[in-house]
Amino acid sequence: MLPLAALFVKFFTDRFNYSILWDTLFLGVKATLVCLVFGYPIAWICARVSARWQSVLVFLVILPILTSVVVRTFAWIVILGRQGVLNQIALSLHLTDEPLRLLYTEPGVVMVLAQVQMPLMVLPILTVLSKIDPNLADASRVLGAGEWRTLWRVTVPLSLPGVIAGCILTYSTCVTAFVTQTLIGGARLIYMPLHIYQQAIGANNWPFAAAISVIFMVAVLAAVALLSLLGRKSESYGSA
Amino acid sequence: MVAPRYSTDWEALSLRLVFGALAAIAIVFLVGPTVIMLLTSFTASQSLRFPPDGLSLRWYAALLDADQMQAAAWNSLVVAFWTTALSVVLGTAAALGIARSRSPLARACDVLFMSPLLLPALAFGFAALIFIHRLGFAPSIPFLVLGHTVVCVPFVLRTTIAALSQLDPALLDASQSLGAGGWRTFRRVTLPLIAPGLGVGLFLADERSEMLPIHLWQQIETNLDVRTAAVSGLIVMFTLILMLLAERLAGLTRQMR
Repeated sequence: MLPLAALFVKFFTDRFNYSILWDTLFLGVKATLVCLVFGYPIAWICARVSARWQSVLVFLVILPILTSVVVRTFAWIVILGRQGVLNQIALSLHLTDEPLRLLYTEPGVVMVLAQVQMPLMVLPILTVLSKIDPNLADASRVLGAGEWRTLWRVTVPLSLPGVIAGCILTYSTCVTAFVTQTLIGGARLIYMPLHIYQQAIGANNWPFAAAISVIFMVAVLAAVALLSLLGRKSESYGSA
Repeated sequence: MVAPRYSTDWEALSLRLVFGALAAIAIVFLVGPTVIMLLTSFTASQSLRFPPDGLSLRWYAALLDADQMQAAAWNSLVVAFWTTALSVVLGTAAALGIARSRSPLARACDVLFMSPLLLPALAFGFAALIFIHRLGFAPSIPFLVLGHTVVCVPFVLRTTIAALSQLDPALLDASQSLGAGGWRTFRRVTLPLIAPGLGVGLFLADERSEMLPIHLWQQIETNLDVRTAAVSGLIVMFTLILMLLAERLAGLTRQMR
């Protein structure tokens, strides 16, 4: 009992540890928000185009998870590097005067995580959106609500269960995505999965690695429980 | 659609423009890496490089001789098949129990079933390995399937619960009052209605089957094998063909109806 307690004390007395924990949890929030902002429109468009276009769009959305994580990460290094595709475009369009630093920075990690986890956001939202009775949106329009108002007051509330499910899945996979975080973030940006790996393999301190795994799991669990609670609220809202 | 729309035309246009622009940006970023990966897999040179020096099919031809990779691919298929079968049965059963219940026990179960997703696959893998050793077993395909199932169930669970939330309980009551038993109601009413959500969960679950991050990490540090790009290329093309076939079949069934 005592050594276990000592491990937890060790974690929380070192600022280094909980700044990593906080960075990781916040990284998940950023990546999830990016997924939501870009993923919801894709799902919304998917739900209202013809069956053929819908399968084309779904295919494009799931493309990232069909490729090996190693090769996909290599492709991202090609895109984000100093002489990378993105920098060459930005330079030729005179958006910047010097190459942007994207690789080994947090914005880079967020971008890659969002791309990889996008299907986890789009598909649950699409499932729920395509189940909503189209008459409801029509009714809203006939009653004089504009498109934006119909979106905010009818479509979005009804699709909340899908949004919550998507957020839970993207959030939990983003904060635990070891390979992406490590390869795009580099050695200077340390997140919890790399921290656990370093403690277990590098420092051979398995008990401490296990202890921080548990702390990490509980922290993510708290975030997911909060989202689930919102989900239950939204379900009762949807059926009311 | 005879509603007075002339006053809201600008609004409809702006919504479509904003959503269209966001989706277009997202699609470019979603597809970009795969395009680069596909282009590099046709390279004629020894290593992964972009832009590729010359085009050839040599790395696809090399796959024909890669016995070890073929064996690994077959193992993955076997594991994926059993994991999918187990996850769908267990995940759907759990979702049906949890979705409509408000009891604290159901909520606790929900959290418990989601917990494997909250650990880095790495930490879960270590723990599972130690656990199996402590039980006195050596890692084998059945244990691999069990481990994957534990990690995949959350995906099925989440998407199925979301699909269930849009299921009108009145339909279930109607079926039951018409004399259908619980099992029959599930088979004829619930299952068809939640099938799309279930399918999504399954698909996402399959993606998690890549659970050897350490191995992959070492691989990218030591040698970037062009054959891995070729394998990815094959998977992308294979999926495309499958989706085209599914589209054809769906079109056929629509015509038959």
